[in-house]
Amino acid sequence: MTIFIDRSTRVIVQGISGRIAQFHTREMLDYGTQVVGGVVPGRGGETVHGVPVYNTVKEAVAATGANASIVFVPPPFAADSIMEAADGGIRYCVCITDGIPAQDMIRVKRYMMRYPRDRRMVLTGPNCAGTISPGKALLGIMPGHIYLPGNVGIVGRSGTLGYEAAQQLKDLGIGVSTSVGIGGDPINGSSFRDILEALEADPETELVCMIGEIGGPQEAEAAAYIQNHMRKPVVAYIAGLTAPKGRTMGHAGAIISAFGESASEKVEILSAAGVTVAENPSVIGDTVARVLRRMAAA
Amino acid sequence: MDIHEYQAKDILKSFGVGVPEGALAYSPEQAAYRARELGGDRWVVKAQVHAGGRGKAGGVRLCASDHEILEATSDMFGMKLVTHQTGPEGKGVYRVYVEAATPFSREIYLGLVLDRTSQRVMIVASGEGGMEIEEISAQKPGSIVRSTVEPAVGLRDFQAREIAFALGIPATLIPQMVRTLQGCYRAFTELDATMVEINPLVITADNRLLALDAKMTFDGNALFRHPHIAELRDKSQEDPRESRAADRGLSYIGLTGNIGCIVNGAGLAMATMDTIKLAGGEPANFLDIGGGATPERVAKAFRLVTSDRNVQAVLVNIFAGINRCDWVAEGVVQALRAEPVEVPVVVRLAGTNVQEGLKILARSGLPIIRATTLMEAAERAVMAWKNDRAQIARTGAAQ
Repeated sequence: MTIFIDRSTRVIVQGISGRIAQFHTREMLDYGTQVVGGVVPGRGGETVHGVPVYNTVKEAVAATGANASIVFVPPPFAADSIMEAADGGIRYCVCITDGIPAQDMIRVKRYMMRYPRDRRMVLTGPNCAGTISPGKALLGIMPGHIYLPGNVGIVGRSGTLGYEAAQQLKDLGIGVSTSVGIGGDPINGSSFRDILEALEADPETELVCMIGEIGGPQEAEAAAYIQNHMRKPVVAYIAGLTAPKGRTMGHAGAIISAFGESASEKVEILSAAGVTVAENPSVIGDTVARVLRRMAAA
Repeated sequence: MDIHEYQAKDILKSFGVGVPEGALAYSPEQAAYRARELGGDRWVVKAQVHAGGRGKAGGVRLCASDHEILEATSDMFGMKLVTHQTGPEGKGVYRVYVEAATPFSREIYLGLVLDRTSQRVMIVASGEGGMEIEEISAQKPGSIVRSTVEPAVGLRDFQAREIAFALGIPATLIPQMVRTLQGCYRAFTELDATMVEINPLVITADNRLLALDAKMTFDGNALFRHPHIAELRDKSQEDPRESRAADRGLSYIGLTGNIGCIVNGAGLAMATMDTIKLAGGEPANFLDIGGGATPERVAKAFRLVTSDRNVQAVLVNIFAGINRCDWVAEGVVQALRAEPVEVPVVVRLAGTNVQEGLKILARSGLPIIRATTLMEAAERAVMAWKNDRAQIARTGAAQ
């Protein structure tokens, strides 16, 4: 089953005419993703890699039956594009764009609330690497070849640190059901908790690997959810043990500004919730393997 | 992005927040002149630096004469003000702000922040002003009033009144408090701030509300639509290495260790620093070179990292997704050929085109130490740094 995307997902690319969007459209097509359209205002009627371009999301959805989108639109216009997707009938949206103003994201989140839950779009990102269900579909910018199909769900903020984990799992012959990037921004579409809920409900996922970092309350919120509602084991790694307080570490959201936001505090909170925490990024794969062996033995 | 107190006060004043009369000075003489212009017989002179805790560090002085102003500001100009927020290197004082001293009867804390739990703007206030919010929450947590703002309708007057009454503001000042809160909220949202702090907001002896200190921080991602705010950037308040990096589109933060890091991706960069620490070293910096790193970009990163004289070994850790290892390797080789570095360099490549990348490193004949995993890379960097030091110590002893 996997979460959010599979072979039947029909994808549109918002901002498909940009250089980076074109490159990743090619990659997604090569991976076997059904990219059925693109949206660029004023460029309707053109094609990119054979994919038809439409002026609006509504037009694209009407013509192609798209149900998912990926946003590459530049930061000043990205929030508007996400809202257009939410209004246009898209059910799952990944926003890759890095650098969207926080106030724009506050407005996006408020706007999405106008739709009843059963019609509300799920947004992941912005400033994320996207989502991949290995062997089925790729809606993102990650290198597809480092993910084996399998039963470990991955959720994380960082792109490259997520690749590090996927590669370690692949080297150990462990595959991934779905990997979801929630992005490094302070205001994001989906939290760790939102994705954990989806992975807990996914029959193909047996174990979840969660990759967090300093800053914000979402790892602690996830810990409470794991403790009270999850049956599947969770392995976590938290980056930023050596990060100084009060400095933004690359990601807009990676800043320790309150109690419970440092890496060591998050490790403590997660451990107390029964999560197996990998001590360093080199042993994420080994830690997952160990927990899987323990599950097999039990 | 941070701005100075006097700039924050100018902005808040334009949004209807009461602030004391004040003027900026670039020299002690100018400060004394400004005081005479303002009139009165007592003035506060305040060093303008991007950090809190100025009072305790000697950056805020009460003066009662020309002579005292000249003396106080002569001390301030050119000094490196070290507060608990600046780090040991301190921040240079190049401007002072002179204000007429305001007698007051009460101090209130008022802050607006981006609350990440509710994902909305939150107003935080306390009747125990004058202390920092961390102290208030440790010592008088019960005094803190919090209220989140629904973004669709903005701050409602009733919410502002609720806050004002909860703080025990006298009835005659309620409308002024509502105006102050509304002004702060409008400044926050209209100018894309991430923080507005007035501490203290005082009730003056003549029953007015005045912001005696003000601080604003802005969302760097939104500066494109506020050019007049972007202009307020003061590079004298930034770490020069960080400003240089920012101007080159690199995300860099200087730290105090000796192992320089060059990494792609913020999460992986933090993880690399953590691994160095685990291996027994201390990272000298955080550096994310981003996606699609060209050889030129890698070379710039090298120059930046090795310009830090504390750096005694460099660790390059690249997990190529959009990046290609062969291009990164090409960049490393080019950078080292153009400007040889004297410290050991450890390179770990993984992901797209890793074999081609390793071949380029091997063919270059450069003394690059290679590693396959992150842990191995960190261990080798720490070992190379230690050996290097031992070798320097030996040659030093031989001379």
